[in-house]
Amino acid sequence: MKPAVVRRVIKPALFVACLLPLLSILWRAFELGGSNLGANPVEQVQDTFGQWGLRLLVTTLAITPLRDWLNAPWLAMLRRMLGLFAFAYVSLHFLTWLVLDQGLHWPSILADIAKRPFITIGFLALLMLVPLAVTSTNAMMRRLGRRWKTLHRLIYPICVLAVWHYYWQVKADVREPLVYASLLGILLGWRVWKRSSRL
Amino acid sequence: MLIKRPRPGDSARIAPSEITAEDVYFNRRKLLKAALALGAVGSVATSTASERATLRYTRNERYSTDEDLTSFEDVTTYNNFYEFGSGKGDPAARSHRFKPEPWSVTISGHANVTGTFALEDLLKPHALEERIYRLRCVEAWSMVIPWIGIPLGTVLRRFEPTSKAKYVAFKTVHRPEEMPGQRGRVLPWPYVEGLRIDEAMHPLTLLAVGLYGKPLLNQNGAPLRLVVPWKYGFKSIKSIVEIRFTERQPPTSWHLAAPHEYGFYANVNPNVDHPRWSQARERRIGGGLFDSRRPTLMFNGYEKEVASLYAGMDLRRFY
Ligand code: HEM
Repeated sequence: MKPAVVRRVIKPALFVACLLPLLSILWRAFELGGSNLGANPVEQVQDTFGQWGLRLLVTTLAITPLRDWLNAPWLAMLRRMLGLFAFAYVSLHFLTWLVLDQGLHWPSILADIAKRPFITIGFLALLMLVPLAVTSTNAMMRRLGRRWKTLHRLIYPICVLAVWHYYWQVKADVREPLVYASLLGILLGWRVWKRSSRL
Repeated sequence: MLIKRPRPGDSARIAPSEITAEDVYFNRRKLLKAALALGAVGSVATSTASERATLRYTRNERYSTDEDLTSFEDVTTYNNFYEFGSGKGDPAARSHRFKPEPWSVTISGHANVTGTFALEDLLKPHALEERIYRLRCVEAWSMVIPWIGIPLGTVLRRFEPTSKAKYVAFKTVHRPEEMPGQRGRVLPWPYVEGLRIDEAMHPLTLLAVGLYGKPLLNQNGAPLRLVVPWKYGFKSIKSIVEIRFTERQPPTSWHLAAPHEYGFYANVNPNVDHPRWSQARERRIGGGLFDSRRPTLMFNGYEKEVASLYAGMDLRRFY
């Protein structure tokens, strides 16, 4: 794939694709075309954003292995956009919880973050995503040099916390969280294997 | 109409079969049951489909709230009924193959009258009433639902529970062919629930057969379910096939699945949190995107009626 094609075609297409979940939520929130957000719209919005945050995080993590397996170096050009969209959806997930679900009721919000382990680790994952988003610009990459790479390894614990957060949140049906856990196991396991085989 | 399946040990008393010819014995039991099921008079008649389509009932104002009803649409599309899947939309989307007719219920355990009864016979002697109750799910959302049913206690008394009947255990039907959720091991099947006998006999406890004036839809627990309005929704077991009077506290499904999260009592209590979320406030379904949570009431607002059942109990321990 030529870099120009990636820049002019693939990246814009990916940008639009990543906006679709948000557009779908807005579409249903305004009940366009007879659609709606169902009986519990707040939950629907929050869960959709959380789901896409997690999917995009795992997709971001899959870029390096996929690049290797498919011998497609151009994939790396998509990584920053995927990571930033993951951050955006997780932030929307958090804001939905803060504003629409909790109604900015600070005593409950603080108590939940402090006392509910599944919320605590989700919050931790979000906090860890902030420095990655802030240092995602080219200027920051240049400024941080080698340290940039070290810093961005934070994505591994972030993904572990995110899947754990999901696993802990469900009531009994853990099948979907386990699918994410398996994917994560493969993506992280591959890195460990790669590293040890290089030694 | 009677599905008779007497078993040895059905009755706690000395089996009269020891002193009576067997056929006479069985006939006697059959007569007893027939009389019981029909309220002693009237002929056995199956209700037709059109009869079932609308239920005849009277509103019980005393036990009804005047809060705004949750829409029929929401009550029938947003459900927790893991037998059909764990998503809220699964029960409505995946329950089409379930057949709530014909239906029978087995009554067993510590009672003078036990056996298996066709649903029509079980209900026949009783007048249906409508009660508008709040329903509070353990997941911190709530609805207001116009149920139609019979106080459970009046039904149970017909079976003459003995002094050994300290608890009542309930069981949901197990039909993996018709209930896709039962093909996975998300919960141990069949679903079981239980109440203390005084809770079961409490006038608020309803054996429901309908809502919004119509027979229960499959996703709401057709054809027969429990409604215990001061407890979290999972206590209100659906599609009941067995009611058993027991001496010991019976096992309950969510308690088996996660004992530290779901207790036997499961009374709605804003002061005792679920380990993973707060129970202090709830989201009323139907309020839309910008509706804020409302405070959860002790015993879901039925404190005056039921608090005395738990006098002196540590509700933190017996959650
Ligand atoms: C990397 C960060 C995060 C990711 C990837 C993530 C992802 C998810 C996912 C996938 C779900 C399940 C949605 C479903 O049931 O379909 C979820 C649920 C939830 N998350 Fe997060 N989350 C993150 C951070 C947070 C934060 C920071 C908070 C709040 C402080 C939070 C609060 C919640 C809550 C309250 C639920 C349960 C929602 C419900 O009851 O339906 N999450 N999250």
